[in-house]
Amino acid sequence: MATGRKVLTSKLSASGLTLFRGERCLFTDLAFALDTGEMLLLEGKNGSGKTSLLRAIAGLIEFEAGQIEWNGVAVKKQRQVFHGALAWLSHRTGLKGDLTLIENLRFEASLRAQKDVEFDAVLLRLGIERLTKLPLRALSAGQQRRVALARMLLTDVPLWLMDEPFTNLDRQGRALVLELVDEHLEAGGMCIMAAHQDVEIKGTTRKVGL
Amino acid sequence: MDESREIPGIGSGIIAVARRDLLLAWKRPGDILNPLFFFAMVSTLFPLGTGPSAEQLKFSGPGVLWVAALLATLVSLHTLFLQDHEDGSLDQFLVSPQPLPALVLGKTISHWLTSGVPLVLVTPIIAIAYRMTFDVIWVLMITLAFGTISLSLLGSVGAALTVGLHRATALLSLLILPLAMPILIVGAGAVSLAAGNEGMSGGVYFLGAYAIGALSLAPYATAAALRISNE
Repeated sequence: MATGRKVLTSKLSASGLTLFRGERCLFTDLAFALDTGEMLLLEGKNGSGKTSLLRAIAGLIEFEAGQIEWNGVAVKKQRQVFHGALAWLSHRTGLKGDLTLIENLRFEASLRAQKDVEFDAVLLRLGIERLTKLPLRALSAGQQRRVALARMLLTDVPLWLMDEPFTNLDRQGRALVLELVDEHLEAGGMCIMAAHQDVEIKGTTRKVGL
Repeated sequence: MDESREIPGIGSGIIAVARRDLLLAWKRPGDILNPLFFFAMVSTLFPLGTGPSAEQLKFSGPGVLWVAALLATLVSLHTLFLQDHEDGSLDQFLVSPQPLPALVLGKTISHWLTSGVPLVLVTPIIAIAYRMTFDVIWVLMITLAFGTISLSLLGSVGAALTVGLHRATALLSLLILPLAMPILIVGAGAVSLAAGNEGMSGGVYFLGAYAIGALSLAPYATAAALRISNE
């Protein structure tokens, strides 16, 4: 999707990350770096801590040790700036089943910076343009997933954090996600994705094994 | 940061959250009506237990109505963050560029509008059954209005602390009740004083001050509690 936004370089780097869940140590001394136009793929078995790492990067849980820097400044010192630069997608979509697609997306628009894109075009692309008047609970899990993707596409942020983005999606949906990620990276975005399947994209992919 | 990327201001965040929650309440009126029925039931059943003499009703009215209002608010509180926690909205709040206390304040405002305000509005009907005079009903409504503001705000802290726990209603009540005691004592006291034609403005001032204190502190406490308990 073409955006009018000029490409700015951003950089995310982490070092010495250690994370515990309860008594269990998930990883120690983990490091990675991510530049504009790159994707970081978190690989590992079920329960290896992909989601936890992603949640910790987003600031939803605390690292035991180590720190993450966004454009050279520790994320902890600029939480709001960092949160203004990321979009979060996980299996719990954060959308309200009682509200319609439009009501849900309009709510999101008043919290985050919005991209200068055609709203209807985004819905059309995701194949959810006919579902705007239904309460979200009437939609299938895959369709709800697509609404969550629409929210991500409408938000003007460089960093996408995606936890298992392919869940519940059909084959076309999975291909579409890859396509969208590719476009996002091309436009100067970044993406961190947790997935337990092979992800083939055109852009540079870095990997972290857990 | 890119200048062209404009994050909506704090005001729009507060209003958006309050609007969304009001819309949700509108689509699920049961959540509003349940506490109201509870309030009406407790306060209408009480005279059946103690006897309906006018003297008795006048004496027990303020206390009964206040206790019923307090319990009704407590009942409605534990769901404050429950759904947002389960469907992932809370995660989205936490990673949004909006300050969390502002979003929390939006939720609390909506909670008060859907629990406190209806309560205050049905109070006169029940108060008439307790043979209260117009002057006393007026004081009852004002004290309840201030009191429910404080209760919603205090309750949001408790609800945030217990959000990850299942069936934590009892724990939530235990956490809030000590802080809610002064509201109950002063509120019911002021109404009793008004019924005896004595000066009650001190109680009203206290409740107003308590509400303002809660308004300025509770959103921050709630936000901090949410960061801890939303794992």
